[in-house]
Amino acid sequence: MSAKPAKAKRVGMEVSIAVSHAVQLARAEAIAAYPITPQTHIVEHLSSLVANGELEAEFVNVESEHSAISTCIGMSAAGARTYTATSSQGLALMHEILYITSAMRFPIVMTVANRALSGPLSIWNDHSDIMGARDIGWIQIFVENGQEAFDHSVMAFKIAENAKVLLPTIINLDGFILSHVVEALEMVDQATVDKFLPAYVPRHNLDPKHPVTMGAFAMPEIYTEVKMNHQVTLTQSYDHILKVWNEWGKLTGRQYQPVERYQTKDAKILLLTMGCLSEVAEIAVEEMRDQGLPVGLLKLRLWRPFPFQDLREAVKGAELLIVCDRALSLGGPGGPVLSEVRSALYPMAERPATVGYIIGLGGRDVNPSAFKDIVNKAQAEVSEGLKEEFHLYGVRG
Amino acid sequence: MEKFGYAQSPKFDTYASRLMPREEYFTMGHRSCQGCGEALAVRWVTKAIGEDAIIAHATGCMEIVSSGLPQTAWMHPWIHVAFENTAAVASGVESGLKILERKGKLSGPRPKVVAMGGDGGTSDIGLQALSGAMERGHDFTYVCWDNEAYMNTGIQRSSSTPFGAMTTTSPPGKQSFGQSTWKKDMVAIAVAHGIPYVATASPSYVFDLYFKIRKAIETPGPAYVHVLSVCPTGWRSPTDLSVRLGRLAAETAVFPLYEVVNGEYHLTMQPHKIRPIRDYLKPQGRFRHLRDPEIDYIQMRVIERYRELLAKCGLPEPEFPFLPEEEAPVEEGA
Amino acid sequence: MTTPGTALRKPLDQTTWQEIELGGVLREPGSAREYRVGDWRSQHPVWTKSRCIRCGVCWTVCPEPAIIEEPGGYFDMDPYYCKGCGTCARECVTGCITMVPEEE
Repeated sequence: MSAKPAKAKRVGMEVSIAVSHAVQLARAEAIAAYPITPQTHIVEHLSSLVANGELEAEFVNVESEHSAISTCIGMSAAGARTYTATSSQGLALMHEILYITSAMRFPIVMTVANRALSGPLSIWNDHSDIMGARDIGWIQIFVENGQEAFDHSVMAFKIAENAKVLLPTIINLDGFILSHVVEALEMVDQATVDKFLPAYVPRHNLDPKHPVTMGAFAMPEIYTEVKMNHQVTLTQSYDHILKVWNEWGKLTGRQYQPVERYQTKDAKILLLTMGCLSEVAEIAVEEMRDQGLPVGLLKLRLWRPFPFQDLREAVKGAELLIVCDRALSLGGPGGPVLSEVRSALYPMAERPATVGYIIGLGGRDVNPSAFKDIVNKAQAEVSEGLKEEFHLYGVRG
Repeated sequence: MEKFGYAQSPKFDTYASRLMPREEYFTMGHRSCQGCGEALAVRWVTKAIGEDAIIAHATGCMEIVSSGLPQTAWMHPWIHVAFENTAAVASGVESGLKILERKGKLSGPRPKVVAMGGDGGTSDIGLQALSGAMERGHDFTYVCWDNEAYMNTGIQRSSSTPFGAMTTTSPPGKQSFGQSTWKKDMVAIAVAHGIPYVATASPSYVFDLYFKIRKAIETPGPAYVHVLSVCPTGWRSPTDLSVRLGRLAAETAVFPLYEVVNGEYHLTMQPHKIRPIRDYLKPQGRFRHLRDPEIDYIQMRVIERYRELLAKCGLPEPEFPFLPEEEAPVEEGA
Repeated sequence: MTTPGTALRKPLDQTTWQEIELGGVLREPGSAREYRVGDWRSQHPVWTKSRCIRCGVCWTVCPEPAIIEEPGGYFDMDPYYCKGCGTCARECVTGCITMVPEEE
């Protein structure tokens, strides 16, 4: 690791609070939020920062998440740097507006404290909420610990507001497992963030001196072209995301990648995880390596735009790829991540066999032994032939 | 209060069309139906709100006829997001402008924020967002274009559809006489939120509408104006009668013109004689199927509600030359 | 006669995805003026000047608006936009406007 700048200050802090501080350092100007477990500590702390004059912003307590994202659109359209946070049902309630937010190119930053979707009600962590929002056209990034939550919350504004990007961005962090734990992390000071993240300059806003019409409807003759424009913008945002990550890497010594690797050298078997599961999987991988098993871990950080090239590069040489989803696509061909990974690897002349496991639904605890068990089972399955499309790990009965 | 639109002298006020501003903020070329009362209302409201304003508009007739890529009929900065969240979007614009002003990023005074939506987008699907915006006290004006149904999607009923009206989802039939509930009282809901200015208005009374909008814009905090928008297509009335029907609505006390300023009621158009409800219902095809019991019931309810309004205004009763002798037996919700 | 907007941009079905403005934003307020809604009408208003008192009520009640004031203060319809609804004729104070069917 390269030398860290002297300005870094290491603190122990609840991750939700760290995220609020990141938003404060980023000088967010307008926040509209509705409380939902487990996002609450983020918005509570932000509201207290505003109340104490420590963050100069308008904090609007809206009456639902649908109104939260709608109000955020209004704020961003007026020209303010805008932020919100939600989870699970709240994200689901915002759904129709999420597509509109990205289509209208408002660079809103949103933290999603991932929580299981209802039916039955669960306040605990899994990825079903964000997996239901794959097609919304936002940039989507996963973090696995408090440091990453802080870092990416600051960087999200720079990514979103880039003149060539101008797309809303979601930072996913696991609810409770990450949002409510105290972790050691390094804050960056205001001067550094100010230099890294200049003031927001809107490229399109509502101003009587330059009136524009936003949100016109599109006839069939033009709808496809508008969508293509959005698709290309989202795909090409990849370069800008990496630029921001590289800049942060130079600033702090913490370099992030779209697909991160852990002990993948000469690995024949690869696990793939997202979010906090990655840290648990790392422990399992270490233990398996100690026993001589050629296992490695891939941590998928950039979810949208999907990092095709990085993934294809990362699996080269592996014989077996075990994808661990934390969401179930009912009636579908596998967990969301499994489906997308398989589809991304399909055109490769040589690719590893893929096996899918769904774990940790509704906040069920996953420990390293589960990953070891999964690796054994997956190996057996490959030699005996695939019996099921995917597996719901640990289900009783 | 500006002096255009009317001239004041010590003896009387002069209201003249020629004194009204000429500049069009809702331009010709919009694709509304012939004789659209709502388009007429938008035309005058956008003149009244002035140049220094931002409009947030709901999905609906006026949004669709005016904003098909790549053309727009709006001269104001204008944003459409979805159907039910106009008040939330307007809250966001207002808050965004507030913080920009505080941080010294605005080059001039803070523009006015106006939210506009139809009756469906206001009293049905948009009610939550409107209630939230009013409760939070944002400095904005909400204008409701009430054409009494979901007209843009093909004349389906809304909670603003009047009792007995035919719509495609409240059609009369062997077991129905049309809409079976009374029109939702949006003004009462707005007043219940304790906002400083609430009013009803109609483009049939252009000056009344114009000055009410100006008052609403200038009042700090939330303001709500409910505008009757005659729809010849949905009401099945001749295209040239939209202005007249709006007048009949006021003259028969179906849609009285009043304002509520900090909770105090003032009637702004006071007919001396109230016309019978049949004068209003007759030119509209959507009421054609009604029989006497329903019409008498409507007449009775209209008078009842008008009397309640007059009591709130502290005004004496006008003449009702046609009062029915006994109450009609039709029950609401039947 | 009102001259509609002179910016003749590409027809919608020839616009490429690269030409889409950021977020689909429309930067020309009032560009709807280019659209000839006057083609819809089946009747149009005719003023009898001798009875017109130049009050301006017709101009006030036109929903388009498609009524223009001539020098001298009289009014006439704007054929580019008049949809022929007849509101002006109905509301005219002196009754000097007649609706006349469009010629075949």
